[in-house]
Formats: sequence, C-alpha cells, structure tokens
Amino acid sequence: MEHFLEVKNLRVSFTGDIQKSIAVDDVSYYAEPGEVVCFVGESGSGKSVTQLAALQLLPVPPAVIEGGEVWLEGVNIMQYKADSPQMRAVRGGEVGMIFQEPMTSLNPVKTIGVQIMESVILHLKCSREKARERALELLGQVGIPDAAARLNDFPYQFSGGMRQRIMIAIALAASPKVIVADEPTTALDVTTQAQILDLLTSLAAKNNTALILITHNLGIVARYAQRIYVMYAGKIVEEGPAEKIFGHTAHPYTKGLLQAVPRLDDQNRRLVPIDGIGPSPGKRLTGCQFRNRCRYSSEKCCEEQALREIGGGQRSACIWSYEELKEQEKEGAEDERKETEEFGENVLEVKDLRVTYPLRKGILNRKAGELTIIDGISFSIRKGETLGLVGESGCGKTTTAKAILKLLEGTSGRVLLNGRDILPLREKEFRSQRKNIQMIFQDPFSSLDPRKPVEELVGEPLLIHKLVKDRAEYDRRVDELFCLVGLEPSMKNRVAHEFSGGQRQRVGIARALAAAPDIIICDEPVSALDVSIQAQIINLLEDLQQRLKLTFLFIAHDLSVVKHISHRVAVMYLGNIVEISDSEELYAKARHPYTKALLNAVPIPDPAIEQERERRMLPGEVPSVMKRPAGCCFCDRCELSDERCRKEKPELVWDGKKHGTACFQIT
Amino acid sequence: MGRYIAKRFGQAAIVLLLVSLFTYLLLYMMPGDPVYAMLGGDITREQYDIAYAKMHLGDPLLLRYVRWLFDFVTGEWGNSFKYSEPVRQIIAVRLPVTMYLGVWSIIISTLAGILFGVICGTKRGKAADSVIITCANFGAVMPAFWLAVLGMYIFSLKLGWLPTHGFTMPSEDLGLSIQQSILPLIALSVGGIGGTTRQMRSGMLDVVRQDYIRTARSKGLKESQVIWRHAFRNAVLPVVTLTGMSFRNVVAGAVSIEQVFGIAGMGSLLINSILSKDIAVVQSCIMIISIVVVMSNLLVDILYGILDARIRVE
Repeated sequence: MEHFLEVKNLRVSFTGDIQKSIAVDDVSYYAEPGEVVCFVGESGSGKSVTQLAALQLLPVPPAVIEGGEVWLEGVNIMQYKADSPQMRAVRGGEVGMIFQEPMTSLNPVKTIGVQIMESVILHLKCSREKARERALELLGQVGIPDAAARLNDFPYQFSGGMRQRIMIAIALAASPKVIVADEPTTALDVTTQAQILDLLTSLAAKNNTALILITHNLGIVARYAQRIYVMYAGKIVEEGPAEKIFGHTAHPYTKGLLQAVPRLDDQNRRLVPIDGIGPSPGKRLTGCQFRNRCRYSSEKCCEEQALREIGGGQRSACIWSYEELKEQEKEGAEDERKETEEFGENVLEVKDLRVTYPLRKGILNRKAGELTIIDGISFSIRKGETLGLVGESGCGKTTTAKAILKLLEGTSGRVLLNGRDILPLREKEFRSQRKNIQMIFQDPFSSLDPRKPVEELVGEPLLIHKLVKDRAEYDRRVDELFCLVGLEPSMKNRVAHEFSGGQRQRVGIARALAAAPDIIICDEPVSALDVSIQAQIINLLEDLQQRLKLTFLFIAHDLSVVKHISHRVAVMYLGNIVEISDSEELYAKARHPYTKALLNAVPIPDPAIEQERERRMLPGEVPSVMKRPAGCCFCDRCELSDERCRKEKPELVWDGKKHGTACFQIT
Repeated sequence: MGRYIAKRFGQAAIVLLLVSLFTYLLLYMMPGDPVYAMLGGDITREQYDIAYAKMHLGDPLLLRYVRWLFDFVTGEWGNSFKYSEPVRQIIAVRLPVTMYLGVWSIIISTLAGILFGVICGTKRGKAADSVIITCANFGAVMPAFWLAVLGMYIFSLKLGWLPTHGFTMPSEDLGLSIQQSILPLIALSVGGIGGTTRQMRSGMLDVVRQDYIRTARSKGLKESQVIWRHAFRNAVLPVVTLTGMSFRNVVAGAVSIEQVFGIAGMGSLLINSILSKDIAVVQSCIMIISIVVVMSNLLVDILYGILDARIRVE
C-alpha cells in the first residue's frame, strides 16, 4: 500500500424498522504520519460513521458494513472480526480515539487514573507501577496540573475542557500512530476549544502521528487542516489540500458551506444559505445527492458522479468544472445586506441589574449566604436594533434573559420596558406586559409542545392576550405569521416532530412574533442548527427586523454569529459586561483583554488569513461564579492585571458614546 | 465519606424516632381501655389498678412516651398476655427465623436477578433474552402466597419430596433445615428475582448505549471486559436501591409465607398478635421490623456512596 492508513470503498448501511438506509456510500481516503486531515460536513453527512466503521466500532446491528478495505501499515484490518485480538490491538494501540462529549465519554464511577492506566496496561503490557508512571507522564503532556494528586479523582471533579484533555491522554496512552478526533471541541467554549486543538495538533506533530479531525466548523478546518475531505449525504464530494479547498473551491456544496457561515471578518455581507434541508438517509436521490439543493444543477446531475481529478491533488464530484461554475456564478451576484443606522427610542433599558442566588445550608435549608450570578450590568436597546450578548458558558447570558423576563427570584436593579420599570411589578400587573417581551429558544426540539398542532402554538399568544376578535381574524393572523417566517400555512395542522429543525425554529419565531412584541429575546436561536440551516434562520431574522422594525436581544456563544447579526455587541464574563460597542468596531478595535482573547480564539474559515493571524492563547479556564476574584472579574487570567485590578472593580469607561470598556489598563 | 455516613445515620435516627412515636400512640388509638389493651379483658379489678399505676396512666402522654421509649431501648419490652411470656423472649426466638429466610431470599434474588439481567442486557433480542424476560415478568407479578400453595401442593402433597410445613434452624438439623427452607425461599425469592432481572436488564441496555462504553471499546478492551469493568458497575447502581427496598417486601412476604408453611417467625407472630390484640407484642414487632428496614436502607445508602463517588458530594 502506498499510504500509511488507507480506506477504500467503504460502504455502511443501517437496517431500520421499515427500510435500509445508506450512511456511508463508497468512501475512500488516506492519511500519512504527521498529517492533519479534516473531515467536514453537516450532521447526517456520515463523517463520524465513516471513522467508527473503519475501526469497527459501530454497533452491529443496526449498522452493517457492506464492503470496503481498511489498510493500516500494509494490512487490511477489515478482514478481522470486530472483537478479534488483532482489531483490539489496533483500537487504542495503533489508533487512538477522542469523542465529542467529554462530559459523558468517561466512566463516571472510575477514577481517571484507573481509566488511563487501563489503556496503558492493555497495550504496553506493563506492571501497574509502570502504568502509573506512564499515566502521570501523559497527564503532564496534556496539561493537567498536579497530576499525581488528581490521578485518584473522578471525572465529575473535572471541567469539560479538562475531561477532554484526559480523553486525549487515554488516546495517547499507547503512542498510537493515528488519532481520530470526532468533533473533539464542539461541546466546549471557544477559548477552551483553541487550547484543546492546539494541544492535539502540537502533540500529533511532535509524535509524527496522523490526526484525523472530524468537525462541522469550517474555521477549525481552515486553522488546522492540511488536507480536507468534504462529505455530504454519505459521500465525499470534494477533497484536496486545504488551500485548494478554500481558495479554489470546486464543488457547489463546499461553496455553499463557505458562503453560509458567518465570519468574524465579514463586512455587512448577507449570508447565502443553502436552500432546502439536508438529505434523509432513507431517501436517497439518483446521481448527485446535492442536486435538489444545488444552484447549478442540471439534468446531467441525475447520473452518478465519481470524484474527478482537477489538478493539484484536488478532486471534486461535480459535473461542472471550476471555471464553468465561476461562469455561472457571475449571473447571480452576491447581494449586500441592507442596513439602517437609524434607531428609535430605547425599548429596553437595564440599569445595574444584579441577580443573586441564595446559598442554603443544613437540614432546615436556612439561607447561609448569597451567590452573585449577575454582578450589576447595564445596557439599553433602541427600537429596531439588535444587541448581541456574547460570552462563554456560565457568564450569565441566559440568566440575564431570564431576569429581564422576570422569571427569577433575587433580582435587583432596574429593567425599564418602554420607560417603565417592570421589576417591582407583581406578576398579576406584569402579565399584560408579557406580550411585549417574547422569546425564541435554543432547542427547537424540546421547546415546542409535541402534542399540539403548531397552529395552536403559534396562535396561543393571540388568544391569551385577546389580540383577535373572532375565529376568522385568528385564522387570518396565523396564516400571516406562517407566511412571514416562510412556512406554508397548509402545514399548520401538523405537530412539531413532522418538521425539520430549521422549520421548527421558524415555528418558534412565528410564535414569538404573534403578539407583536416590542422586543424579542433570542437565546442561542441557531446554535442547534447546521450551518446551511443556520444561515436561513439568520437571514430570516434580519429580514423580519427590516420589515417589522423588530428589536432583538440576541444571546449566543458563537462570536461570528453574534457579530454578524448584531448592531452592537456586549461581551460578558462572569456576570459582568466587560466591553460593549458597535459590532464592527468591536472586531476591529477590541480593547478589553478578554474580548481580544475571545476574538483571537475564534478561527476564521480561510487558511490564508489564519496563517497571518497572530495567535495568543488565553490560559486557564473560566472560574465558577463562586470563585469570582474580588476586583476585576478577569484579573486572574489577564496578563495586564496589576494590584489595582485585583482590589477594585473597574466600571465601564466610555470612549465617546458608543464604546464602553471595563478595564483599568487601557487608556 | 465520614460526613456522608454521619448524615445518613442522623436521618435514620429521625425516622426511627418518628416510627416509635406512632407505634406508642397505637396503644391509645385502639378503641377501649389501654389497660385492657395491654393485659387483655380477662383481669380482676386489683390487677387493673396495679397495671394502671404501673403504666403511669395518670402522667402526661409525652412523659409516658419517653418512659416507654427508654424501656424499649433498655430491653424492657413488657409481657405478652397471650403467650404469658416476656415479649423479648418471644421475639428472640422468632426474629432469627425470619431474618434467616429473609437474608437468604435477598441474596438469592439479587444474585440471580443480576446474572439474568446481564445476560438479557448483553444478548438483547436473542432467544435467551426473550425466554428470561418472559419468565421474569411472570415472576414479578405472581403473588408469593399463591406460589407457596402451588409448590406445597406439587412437591409436598403430590410428589412428597419436601415437608409441608415447619422450620428448623440449620444449627439444629442441617438436612431438615434445607428441606424445609426450599419451598419458602422459592416463594419469597421469585418476585425479587423477576424485579431485579428487569431492573438490571434495563440498566444494562441503558448503560451500553452510553458514550463511555464507546470509549471503553475504542481502547481495545474485550467485549467481556467492557461489560464487566465499565458497564456492570454503572448498571448495578439502581439494583442496589431495589435490593434495599426489598427488605420491606421480605417482611411483607414473610407475613403470608410463614402462615402457609406454619413457620414460627416474625410474620406469623405479628398476624396472631394483631388478631388477638396483643398490643405489647405488636408494638415491639413494629419497632424491630422498622429498625431492620431502616438499617438495611442505611446500608444501601452507604454502599451507594462507595460505588458512586458522585453521591458522596452534595
């Protein structure tokens, strides 16, 4: 064999109750030592299944490996049975794996030491003492401080980022020649993501290990990949060196992905979503799987398309050549996003909002103290404006939203809705005001009642707040709302599970619009969606804002998305707003050290830019609110901090009227 | 861990204290005179007066309760008017019998249930799974006394293999003890085996789908190592809870099974004492049974804390 690891013509199907569905369709790829190979694609593209199948880690049944060869160092390991000694020596020995969910990937009832040593003993056939030494060495390599003491700790005693480091230690236990990392940072915060991926790639480079990285995040691909495989509907649609895939994109799907994803360096660009929804594995098309969503599709696309060499190691499965696509592209020029810079009066004003949580002790649950979750934040949103609230998990974004909606106890400060303070209102008095603040939730799957027809969900606010006079008006309004969010009114009698994720989020938006609210709070509205669908929803929100003069408080952890959709952005850290500014200015002229670190950690989907960027790593992790430093909340991770930062809490200092920064060190 | 155990002990003590209060009040909730309740109706006026004074019925209720509790703790449990014997002596003979059968039944049902459950959980959908789970469902819903009567009819009356009734401690006559224990133990255990099998099976099915099982497989462990090292301990946790609760079922089962097989244990003592309104015996029986149940639950809590470190922290 010419390559170190080579997979040939892998086919995997799943047997369902009714029918067989094909998950991986004739996939071939290879990896060389020391190389970082990325598999990119949306959910259901088969990127994870491909890797699991190559290592025979899929549960059989329902999965069936229909064919294919997996050559590792000249041996076809597909000839061995899943539980055979040869295959077991490969798994964990030759090939280490790291999975997506660090919170659930470690056995909760065993200490991490036992879990690491188990792998060492299994593959290196050494004594417990030797294994312990090796485990300590591994923990040191992956950056777990105080390794000897922590060997006897259980997984729950570690943060998500630390657990992923432990997973890496397990994967490295037997010095494997290949590491497969399946979405290793998807569940982690962006600064932790940068730490983990840098660690992983540097260790792989040092040990000359082939690293196969599976991800849906194009920024990660651009930052780390040397070669890329783009998958869609169980097939590889395009492959090649990273700079070719990004600079000389040959397949319409790859093009679509790149145009659909918001980038930090975008300037007023309107996202170009990929129309329609992703393929369902049970219903495959003939010929190109992407043709029903493709702008360039023609009758010829119904024929089977193999990957074609197009030079420079790049291969594409599109019937059109790069030049032909380019030609057709000119016809539909990219449209720019329409911007109004005129905003009305303040709709929502938050002044010194503080949320505390009582700490209870003893069998009588007496209040023993208070934990401050939100530590006095202030901001305002004008009519027609979008304010983005961004920060890592635990920074208090969602708590802020709940406090504004009066869903929390222990709230102090002032929340003015159209000039009227709503915090002191009793629930009875506030109920008539509730229609003025609506919410769009993160999870489109659990935030809709599964038993009610969506028409009732959307129309409910109309009835509760008595916004319609009779049945006819009700029906008319519901139809209107459906059309507004791009859903067929004829679908209104269906229940939620008959819709796709993107459609469900549209239902959620229609429901939020029903009462014609003054402000809509969007809590991570697109983070559960695939890139192509995410772009559809972001565009929908932007269009609706233009047409209806909507006001949004947009909460998200994804800086690129927030920057894209918001007029102004507030950056939160440990219950404080550390910086607030116009979104363009924030990206170009960030001042607070935390904002800078955050921006630096977000990868931009363009290898050329990524290579140019100066990289600085933010050390450590976000501490828990119980251990908030006395002075500036960021002082213990900040390289600029001095004595004053540790003692005094900085207030937002305004540069002009627009750009506020809470930092002593910038002048 | 020490703190955790101390806290559980404290909770158990509170439960026992409340139980003792209700048990004591039982005497005064019964219709009729407490003296007749304690001594039976067949006493003379003099005996009544002596007892009235001895029971301090003129004192406030709380004081009498404290005195009674003190007596109970120091082993002064009063006399049974039916058996004309100190209650403590009666229970000293009867408790070991029920405990002997109960503990064995719990050991059998837990071990068999776990074994069957693991087989089902790892061989889902195969023939072994179907057969075992059908039997387990059947066993879980079958009343113990019905099984006892059926077993006695077939094995004792028709086939004559086993004795119909009675019980001997193994220290007296091992052979006879085993013969006499077989049917009561089967009757007492079948429900527990069924329940434990079902719990263990669903626990295994749930656990083998978890991410950390995939991690274990990706390490290159053998399937049997994956099951026993990683899946088993997580799947067995709910079974520990179930076993703790089954002490209660054993007591409930003993009431009917001891009647059927004519075994002189706590169950039959309790029934007979209730029927003859032998309040002193009933009170002591309830206290003893409560202590056994609360202590077994305490043991389960501690075991849980050992098996799963997450439980130990608040």
